[in-house]
Amino acid sequence: MAERRLRLLVAKPGLDGHDRGAKIVARSFRDAGFEVIYTGLRQTPEQIVSAAIQEDVDAVTLSILSGAHNTLFPRVIELLRQQGAGDIPVFGGGIIPEDDIPGLKAAGVKEIFTPGTSTEDINSWVKANIHPRA
Amino acid sequence: MTLAERIVRGELRAAARLMRDIDDGMPSAVAELKALYPRTGRAFIIGITGPPGAGKSTLTDKVIAAYRAAGKTVAVVAIDPTSPFTGGAILGDRIRMSRHATDPGVFIRSLATRGHLGGLSRSTADVVNVFDAMGWEVIIIETVGVGQDEIDIVRTAHTSLVVMVPGLGDDIQAIKAGILEIGDVFVVNKADRPDADRAVRDLEMMVEMKHPGAGEWWPPVLRTVAQKGDGVAELVGKIEEHRAYLHTSGRLQQFEQNKSALRFEELLRDQLFARVREKIEHGGDLAVTIRAIANREQDPYNAVEALLARHLSE
Ligand SMILES: Nc1nc2c(ncn2[C@@H]2O[C@H](COP(=O)(O)OP(=O)(O)OP(=O)(O)O)[C@@H](O)[C@H]2O)c(=O)[nH]1
Ligand SMILES: [Mg+2]
Repeated sequence: MAERRLRLLVAKPGLDGHDRGAKIVARSFRDAGFEVIYTGLRQTPEQIVSAAIQEDVDAVTLSILSGAHNTLFPRVIELLRQQGAGDIPVFGGGIIPEDDIPGLKAAGVKEIFTPGTSTEDINSWVKANIHPRA
Repeated sequence: MTLAERIVRGELRAAARLMRDIDDGMPSAVAELKALYPRTGRAFIIGITGPPGAGKSTLTDKVIAAYRAAGKTVAVVAIDPTSPFTGGAILGDRIRMSRHATDPGVFIRSLATRGHLGGLSRSTADVVNVFDAMGWEVIIIETVGVGQDEIDIVRTAHTSLVVMVPGLGDDIQAIKAGILEIGDVFVVNKADRPDADRAVRDLEMMVEMKHPGAGEWWPPVLRTVAQKGDGVAELVGKIEEHRAYLHTSGRLQQFEQNKSALRFEELLRDQLFARVREKIEHGGDLAVTIRAIANREQDPYNAVEALLARHLSE
């Protein structure tokens, strides 16, 4: 019985020390029927990218509260490309000013969710936009 | 180039992809596994089981570090449960091992049980074979951690550790019956907690009651504080002792024989069932037969015999 199950990496890069938001997202992904690889706090872009490759995920979700989104998102995307995994989409959320969003999207981030977004909205977006890679 | 060819050349993404195909039950994975099978049989496979939260992942992290320090490459297959309600899963074992994420000598893969019972996923044995064929020297399997009926690990891993913790109280009675046959090495983790001595004594008594015969392996009971790494060197020493015992006692061949027999039977059963089922579903036989059994027009015993006679004769 062949059936592709969506696999997502939820990662929490940066130095700030709480991952409540990331855990809420991880749980809502599980409840939507996805497999979530959760890597915990304070992950470096290098760790995130190597986990994404080893786990063969369909997308990488970053939760960033530290304010370092303008460096962390592009860095993860760059490392994925360098390691031949540029086909893995990256999206995420956190405390990110509206003004920064166009720049992040231009850098290749597929979508940014700001704090007000409901988990239902995030799940619907994932279902519509992230698909198991063939 | 096929995935198997790329995997043999050491391409990690190809390996990760094949593991996914195996997990998702893609028919194409079978051809790749056929090509890889002749290269398997070289890795040393360690199983780590025990109740949820016992410290399996934390211990795995320390055992990885010990083997890396000894110059061995280490692959990990970490299994967590699938939610029976949603089919989703949170695979969190990597959290405790993240310092190894960027070490090219370590590869960690998380798998969800996807409804399979017995402590592993259906895909585990084949995923282990992919690692084995790639030349990973040590493969560690962390089971889902129900602590009971985790018999799958015994046939998959050369050496199985059962991780317990102090203070399980009466729960240990229930768990014990199931783990006695599993453990080659017993570990009382969280030995920094009260009652560790009692847990060690309980387990030792259990091993004594089983009383392995002369020349047989006597499972040791060790204590660890996984967070701090206390007792880990001794644990790895015992794992290596058990590995040596498997070689010198001839148990290794027996293990491989058993594993092969079980795997062969399993595949035979699956494919035979799938084939017969497909035939009777297509012909409409199945619905007719089920109705007849339900209406007591036919008994299920004769029904199966008749179906088999009809469909297995060719
Ligand atoms: N006090 C103490 N805590 C420990 C020790 N080893 C692990 N822990 C803690 O126990 C908790 C569970 O550890 P894990 O390694 O995730 O346990 P696990 O058996 O892999 O858990 P599951 O995979 O969920 O079944 C964590 O908070 C660890 O930090 C120890 O030796 N002493
Ligand atoms: Mg664990």
